[in-house]
Amino acid sequence: MMELVCPAGTPAALRAAVEAGAHAVYCGFSDETNARNFPGLNFSPEELVPAVAGAHKRGAKVLVALNTFPRAGGEKLWHQRLADAEAAGVDAVILADIGLLDYAATHHPNLRRHLSVQAAAANPDAINFYAEAFDVKRVVLPRVLTVAEISAINKEIDVETEAFVFGGLCVMAEGRCALSSYATGLSPNMNGVCSPASHVVYAEEGPDLAAKLGGFTIHRTPKDRPAPYPTLCKGCFTSGEQTGHVFEDPVSLDARHLIPALAKAGVTALKIEGRQRSRAYVAEVVRAFRAATDALADGRELPLAELARLTEGQSATAGAYAKTWR
Amino acid sequence: MDLTVGSNLFFWTADATRKFYADLAQAPVSRVVVGEVVCSKRLPFWEAEIPTALATLQEAGKDVAISTLGLVTLKRERNQTDDIFGMGVPVEINDITALKHLPENTPFWVGPLVNVYNEGTVAYLARRGATRICLPPELPLASIATLAKAGKEAGVKIEVWGHGRLPLAISARCYHARLNDRAKDNCQFICGEDLDGREVDTLDGQAFLSVNGVQTLSAATGCAAYHTEALREAGVDSLRLSPQTGDFNALCAGYADRIAGNISPEALVAQLLPEAPGGRFADGFFTGPSGSDWAHPIPA
Repeated sequence: MMELVCPAGTPAALRAAVEAGAHAVYCGFSDETNARNFPGLNFSPEELVPAVAGAHKRGAKVLVALNTFPRAGGEKLWHQRLADAEAAGVDAVILADIGLLDYAATHHPNLRRHLSVQAAAANPDAINFYAEAFDVKRVVLPRVLTVAEISAINKEIDVETEAFVFGGLCVMAEGRCALSSYATGLSPNMNGVCSPASHVVYAEEGPDLAAKLGGFTIHRTPKDRPAPYPTLCKGCFTSGEQTGHVFEDPVSLDARHLIPALAKAGVTALKIEGRQRSRAYVAEVVRAFRAATDALADGRELPLAELARLTEGQSATAGAYAKTWR
Repeated sequence: MDLTVGSNLFFWTADATRKFYADLAQAPVSRVVVGEVVCSKRLPFWEAEIPTALATLQEAGKDVAISTLGLVTLKRERNQTDDIFGMGVPVEINDITALKHLPENTPFWVGPLVNVYNEGTVAYLARRGATRICLPPELPLASIATLAKAGKEAGVKIEVWGHGRLPLAISARCYHARLNDRAKDNCQFICGEDLDGREVDTLDGQAFLSVNGVQTLSAATGCAAYHTEALREAGVDSLRLSPQTGDFNALCAGYADRIAGNISPEALVAQLLPEAPGGRFADGFFTGPSGSDWAHPIPA
């Protein structure tokens, strides 16, 4: 059975995901130690303890993301969070930074380590390096690979792989992008945020609504139409004669059709993005994907229509899983 | 503090490359990194120049290294990464993949595309044999100072991005190809038309980013002219200058004058701005509030 790894931005979302059938949930602490460091989101060390116990009671695993790159001079906070995670009895931590991986392997050898997508390990050599150097047991694959490439990678590695199937989509190699800090001073790697709301301004300019990030116009839409959030890499820009979405259209990832192919490619776990999403959204997505993984395990046809409802009215892409994306 | 010239991030012809390195042999820089960082498809067009460039630079007394690719995905790229360690020249790694290919007891350099954010990472890389690390451009001065100290303790020289469009992101997708409605596999090497990258403006016409194949850089040119004293004081060993078109040796000489205290930051900026790709500078990663910032007078 493929493991379904689901987002939990809050204790309530964690319970909702587990009740909806998540095999595992992932979450973070309420600080810069994780890549979804948003106001009102995440767990205090005290909140994590009953959340882990509750999930375990229902047979679900809890994975804790400590996937930012510790600040020079401030590593102690990340080290403390590793200890907090282990004390709460979590099933694994998800790490990206070499220094933190080294520290965890040395000081918390029994705490299972997964490699975060923020480490962008995109080939068997990189994955085997992390496995050998830090005894990483699972790698979350970057969203830059085709299914064929994932299959080839799995033939050359011994650790498990986890692949994103639904939700937000980074078009840059994850963990290797400073676009957000160039525009706002805050980045995923250092601060756990990308295109932060604190730097967003919507300005009425003539007939348009301009969505700006750090003073740079990312979108411009007619006032009477909904303006998309100004995520930098999904913006509309001009280059020479061309105007459009230079990097990526404002789409989200939807690879549900590829679940059987990913299973065949040797993927252990399917990951759903969205720790910033509501409890109701998480429950709905998890229920639909759990029906799909159950169907796959039983050899039944996948109930894809159920999943189709979730992306209704939105643009979705299979991303790099389809080679034409590049 | 001395000067290092990083790998040329852009796609230049073999002729232009040959001339660039032949000239660079006369520039007042201590070391030069040569090699393809951005796209393996470019390499066949100019790789024959690499041995000549390395030999010319070494004869001129420069330390040299050869760089690995920044994002390794294909089997061919993994093999290339492996081959680089057999070339008898120090290697600058720009992707962690290279550590898997690193022979035992081999010193190496670490380029600016590798995530080195803290003392733990400096210490680990030093144990593996790193002797120089060029820090990622997004680090603020406070972090740079902490890491320079960590570098001294670990026996690693610390380098900082000094001049050049700032490398901000790398992707599996080629934006140069996408801008020309082509797929990466059928790119027809369109990135070779933009020798300093292709500019991407906001819908308001504000210069913002530049694309260089699979890489995204700033539109403004990163410039450390106002921070050389602070960087030296922080214990930084070297400033990295990134190849660009125009009189690059004069650019190197300008920075050499600047770090020797012979010219002011204003004078260096006035000298370099006319040839700066994008026509403006940024140095906000050092002191904030954002990387694109430039809070200094702009010469008339």
